[in-house]
Amino acid sequence: MNDFWIILTASLVAINASVLGVFLVLRKMSMMGDAISHAVLPGIVVAYYFSGDRTSPLMLLGAALTGLITAFLIDWLAKKVKIQGDASIGITYTLLFAVGMIMISGWFKGNVDIDLDCVLYGDIAMINLDKIIVDQNLYLGPRAFYVELVAGLIIFLFVILGFRGFKLLSFDEDYGLALGINMNFWHYLMMGLVSLVTVVSFEVVGAVLVIGFLIIPAATAQLITKRLIPMIFTACGFGIIAVLVGFYLANWMNVSITGAMIAVSGILFFKVMMINAMVSRKKLRVKMH
Amino acid sequence: MKDQISIEVHNLTVSYGAGPVLWDVDFELPTGKIIGVIGPNGSGKTTLLKTIMGLLEPSSGYVKIQNKSLNEVRDKIAYVPQRTSVDWDFPASVYDVVMMGRYGKRNLIRRPNNADVEIVEQSIQKVGLSDFRDRQISQLSGGQQQRVFIARALAQKADIYLLDEPFAGVDAATESSIISILEEMRNEGKTVLIIHHDLQTVLEHFEYLVLLNTRLIAKGNLQEVFTKENLSNAYGGQLTLLSKVVEIIKATDFPIREKDVDL
Repeated sequence: MNDFWIILTASLVAINASVLGVFLVLRKMSMMGDAISHAVLPGIVVAYYFSGDRTSPLMLLGAALTGLITAFLIDWLAKKVKIQGDASIGITYTLLFAVGMIMISGWFKGNVDIDLDCVLYGDIAMINLDKIIVDQNLYLGPRAFYVELVAGLIIFLFVILGFRGFKLLSFDEDYGLALGINMNFWHYLMMGLVSLVTVVSFEVVGAVLVIGFLIIPAATAQLITKRLIPMIFTACGFGIIAVLVGFYLANWMNVSITGAMIAVSGILFFKVMMINAMVSRKKLRVKMH
Repeated sequence: MKDQISIEVHNLTVSYGAGPVLWDVDFELPTGKIIGVIGPNGSGKTTLLKTIMGLLEPSSGYVKIQNKSLNEVRDKIAYVPQRTSVDWDFPASVYDVVMMGRYGKRNLIRRPNNADVEIVEQSIQKVGLSDFRDRQISQLSGGQQQRVFIARALAQKADIYLLDEPFAGVDAATESSIISILEEMRNEGKTVLIIHHDLQTVLEHFEYLVLLNTRLIAKGNLQEVFTKENLSNAYGGQLTLLSKVVEIIKATDFPIREKDVDL
């Protein structure tokens, strides 16, 4: 039963991350996900300090807010101060992450029970320790699962309602501006959702590997799909396959579960890439004959 | 109708960081003409278009469209960016991209209705891409991609169309088919403003010119603007290019009026 919950929760992480990852990959902003996932640390610490509770919605709010600040700071450095895009990402997220580290190791030491290792690497095997039990004995599953579920519902709601906005943002932002649409709104809405997904996922898969869930399935799907909606579903599919195969592989070899999931995801990418190249070469040969 | 002003630009200065890209540019453009914007590389042609569309904030000066501010007449003006400004590997079909022309501030959330679908189909047909309607945009030739962008602008049903280098990297056949689409639009009373860099085809394409090199060098009817003097003012030292153009002007037996244009 524990295995079942772990797979289900990790699948939700994969789905939530893949949906947003598709847009990040198409916007060539993959590293933005990485930046946000690290930079939310001070937000998490501060929110935890005030709420004293890891389950508080204040945590989500604090982290989402820090995520937005990160996105804003990166934009501001790149556009107004005219620093190279990748350099502005590097400056912003390491600075914010460092502030978070200082908070954990010094200022809030004793008041904040956050383990840096846990933030960075997560621990998916432990999610079953934090259970939701109603009526004293009815076990509903781990808390992490429900957090992911709520995040997933929020993401799906926004992506369905704002699908055209996100599509325009990803394909041709300038054209959207020329149509008189407030593209900043869509950009920051997306960054807010990316913050949400990284925050709810960090204790499950960790801040380092969440970027793998965001980017790899989306990049794999881009190799073989020709339309946006199929690309989103295919990305989710690759994410779930990686979770399933990774989980059993990790159990069999007795290694890190998240590590195995991302490794499978990466290997899957290279497999699809090679098969894709072989198929197109074959097509070319058929055409030439 | 003929004397109405489509776009007016007053004392426009735009700069990125160091120096100005546009300096004190001031002009009014007529309605219902195909207007060329020409000038050497880095003369601020694209910046001018982006500033008119509100994509760039001017350091000083202002733009008016049909005597109103841009935000009041957004749906009357359509923009065709440079083809290379987007990633054509994006997972979308011709239809998907042209449908973006129907997006707007108010209707981004709602689904496109029958009228939108019909306008999109008509626009695709007008640029001759009906057979490619469901093809992914990465599998189109450069000229076809350019026509997708034009169809997207057509779907906006605007009065004024701004095109940034629509003939860059397209073959001669596509170029003339695009021109015939634009002429048809002109005949319906639309205004078409085109950034163009190939001086050799200026005479065939335009009836009105804006000659730009950071400052406005000249603007007006083709005969008045397309003179050796104006061109050497705009292009400066690039004499080999210039002498070629003079040959073209001679070859087409074009009546050149040698007179100074007030700047």
